Amino acid sequence: MTLPTYAPTMLTALLPEVMLLLLAGVVLMVDLIGRPRRRRGLGWLTAVGMAVALVLTLLFGRPGEETLVFGGMLRSDAASFAFAIIFLFAAAVTALLSVDVDGVGDRGEYYFLVIVATLGLCLMAAAADLIMLYLAIETASICLYVLAGYLKGNDKSTESGLKYFLFGALTSAVMLYGFSMLYGASGQTNIYLLADQVKTGGLSPLFLGGAVVLVLVGFAFKIAVVPFHFWTPDVYEGAPTPATAYISTASKVAGFAVLLRFLLAFEPSIDVSWPAVLAALAVATMTLGNLLAIVQSNIKRLLAYSSIAHAGYALIGVVALTAFGAATSVFYLMAYVVTNLAAFAVVILFARSAGSERIADYAGLSRRSPGLALALLVAFLSLGGMPPLAGFVGKFYVFAAAVDGGLTWLAFVGVLNAIIGLYYYLIVLKVVYLHRSPDEDKPIPVPRPYAVALAACIVLILLIGIASAPWLDRASAMALSLF
Amino acid sequence: MNFPILSVITFIPITTGLILFMMPANRHREIRLLALAAAALALGLSLYAFLAYDTAAAGYQFVEQVPWIPRLGISYHVGVDGMSLPLVLLTGIVMFTGVMISWGIEDRPREFFAFLFVLATGVFGVFIALDAFMLLFFYELAVFPMFLLIAIWGWQVTREYAAMKLTLYLFIGSVISLVGVLAMVYTSGLGTFDMLQLEQAGFSTAFQRLWFPFVFFGFAVLGGIFPFHNWSPDGHVAAPTAVSMFHAGVLMKLGAFAALRVGIMLLPEGAHFWAPLILGLATVNVVYGALIASVQTDFKYVIGFSSVSHMGLVMLGFATLNKDGLTGAGLQMFSHGVMTALFFAVVGMVYDRAHTREISKLGGFSKVMPLVAVAFIIGGLVSMGMPGFSGFIAEFPIFLGLWQVQPVVALVAALGIIITAGYIMRVVGKVFYGEMPADLVGHISPVTRLDRVALVVLAGLLVLIGIQPWVMAPMIATGAESVLRVVGGA
Repeated sequence: MTLPTYAPTMLTALLPEVMLLLLAGVVLMVDLIGRPRRRRGLGWLTAVGMAVALVLTLLFGRPGEETLVFGGMLRSDAASFAFAIIFLFAAAVTALLSVDVDGVGDRGEYYFLVIVATLGLCLMAAAADLIMLYLAIETASICLYVLAGYLKGNDKSTESGLKYFLFGALTSAVMLYGFSMLYGASGQTNIYLLADQVKTGGLSPLFLGGAVVLVLVGFAFKIAVVPFHFWTPDVYEGAPTPATAYISTASKVAGFAVLLRFLLAFEPSIDVSWPAVLAALAVATMTLGNLLAIVQSNIKRLLAYSSIAHAGYALIGVVALTAFGAATSVFYLMAYVVTNLAAFAVVILFARSAGSERIADYAGLSRRSPGLALALLVAFLSLGGMPPLAGFVGKFYVFAAAVDGGLTWLAFVGVLNAIIGLYYYLIVLKVVYLHRSPDEDKPIPVPRPYAVALAACIVLILLIGIASAPWLDRASAMALSLF
Repeated sequence: MNFPILSVITFIPITTGLILFMMPANRHREIRLLALAAAALALGLSLYAFLAYDTAAAGYQFVEQVPWIPRLGISYHVGVDGMSLPLVLLTGIVMFTGVMISWGIEDRPREFFAFLFVLATGVFGVFIALDAFMLLFFYELAVFPMFLLIAIWGWQVTREYAAMKLTLYLFIGSVISLVGVLAMVYTSGLGTFDMLQLEQAGFSTAFQRLWFPFVFFGFAVLGGIFPFHNWSPDGHVAAPTAVSMFHAGVLMKLGAFAALRVGIMLLPEGAHFWAPLILGLATVNVVYGALIASVQTDFKYVIGFSSVSHMGLVMLGFATLNKDGLTGAGLQMFSHGVMTALFFAVVGMVYDRAHTREISKLGGFSKVMPLVAVAFIIGGLVSMGMPGFSGFIAEFPIFLGLWQVQPVVALVAALGIIITAGYIMRVVGKVFYGEMPADLVGHISPVTRLDRVALVVLAGLLVLIGIQPWVMAPMIATGAESVLRVVGGA
């Protein structure tokens, strides 16, 4: 292999990562030299840095033709670009949501970990080589393990971090074993060269199938697909809530990014039985997530199970393995990210002043803080799939993709699940709007970073829901670039 | 480009709702005045559209079309014909009178009116939609405000149960229809959600017969068709007065209308195939609904079940698939909408003063609230289908149409009318005449001026259409003709 010579696309492809690295350095420096009192500014610094990176990437980082760069390590295409934008957005919101959270808001290392995790996620979405992919996944995951266990004095947080790490290490080992099988059989580590080799035949389908299953275990863990979801509720509950918000959105989307890239690269050669396997996973994931969410009394656990269910809906789009299906899946994820971040923003604000994560304690919220109650209403109804919000269009599109792909039965399973979903979201809203509480005269303060983050998410929920055409066009471009 | 009157009517309520949310919560008076002004504006514009509609030209008018999601062939495509325009007007009327009736709400009126107006936008949007995606979008937009309106401001005893039951029923129905719509769009191969194009899709007979029940009954759940009517009396009773008016008056028409527009008009062969079943079920609606209504002891439940019975007549009219039946169904939707809004308004006024709805504990209200009694009796006469009132104008063509297809059904359904006469007269006699119970004497305050205006508007319309049917019947007849052009058998 010859050393790659410099080409302008190499910088374009790495633009967000380079900026993230700079930002990580700046945050560490400021943390070292800044006065302790001023440390609350770190969240702002991270968020603004992310926003700047986002804008610069949008302006200068647009990919041209789909090209492999850095000797085939990364692929510069519409998908890697747009996923990077999603991660930057989620990280910026997470940073804003962390500012006033005790134990994390004034720690430079915390923001550093968020930034490096984002860097890892961006690389995951762009990786076109098994080795690069593995390194990217580990870069992101190790940061996320630490973030989950960040509250050292808190048993639940420690448990969360440890559990996340153990599950993650196991599945990542299984995945690595799958990688090694793929390499051993083909002598290739580049996903696209590997796919070419599969197309021309010469690999035993049984062996290949076995290897792909092992690889999918690793991806399924990141996405929290049933039966690799067991870590989710405990990790989500114990982790500092902004970290939960980040894990449940950005990290899950990154899992989908690698899943889509991997599956669609192999798409023409994929065995007919794959859609059946994926459909079974989607059904199990949606149904189990929704059914278990009904009985939760802790809002973070409810959102954990609901996020499992949402991964199931997003999988519906993947099942058909068509460009339209993949596009709807990506669209669904965009809608899900903004919606879930808004929901977690309210959860963080409520926990900050009321000190509780129990759903029953949300009683009277609409009298305490009508605006916050309305934000929760918008977020939960969007999760439940109600128009004119992002969640409705997202669900509509994935169901359309299922029917379009001849999987009408899957669309039926999906809509039945949507009904269960709506049920438990409405139960929370009922508590918020209907039940009384003695604390009704204590409004919940909304500090400025939270107001900014929440407003951005709510505006996007409405925008994606009402004017969905441009978003769907982006998602379609992303999906097409993966084939 | 012409003035986009339909879009303006549709978006007035939700815009007002958003403005309301930005107002300080304690400015009750300003909130109510703004709500009333917005409702009056929406009513005025829908009345203008109603009068400006060219009945001679018929067809879809005030059409607007803007691309919405071009990639999937979805556009914001609106227009009204003789079937939908009266329903737009009905929504305007119920919204306007509903705001007047709700003047006395003291618990978070800002949220109440804002949610009510989001609901109104959803309703307007469905009636004017010519695109299937748009129809579903607005249809589901109407679902969740209903939940909150009933759960928060409803009757304390059953509101949580009724709100959840109603919302889930409606949501199940609508998502099942949604899959049906998707199946139609992707089977047609036209790559469009535009209903005017889907009408021409020429689906195979087998496809139509398979999918018609999903689409039709999915929507008809909200129309209260037996055996999916169960949510409706509970929902009506638990809801606050204005929401009951909206619900029984307008939302049930939403289901019936969508079942007609999407189910019958896009899958006509399926409609012909399944029509006998619909006739049978709707007959059960009419007779069974009336029977149940006549054994209720709660005033509001009587009205709740009477809606089930009357919506059966609408479904019967649809299932005749002939001009008389469809015209009658269209008229019945309007007439029942106004009538049931009037009924629920009266029930609300009585309950607010007597604090009970047990019929046996009421009596003599005609002496203290004569206008209310007169209004209720007018509604009752409409309900019985008495000539000179709008109910007759609506029910007579339905039975005419029924006689042409199934005389037996016509005879059985006519039983429902007789039973209706029975329970209406029982209620009128018990509640408005006779002796007022001693514990109520002296405690009954007169109704407010706004209440009276609302009652006069509603009762006046019922009489107007009864004696001057030409104001509406010809328009609806053109609507029925355009349905038949698609369905066949004109």
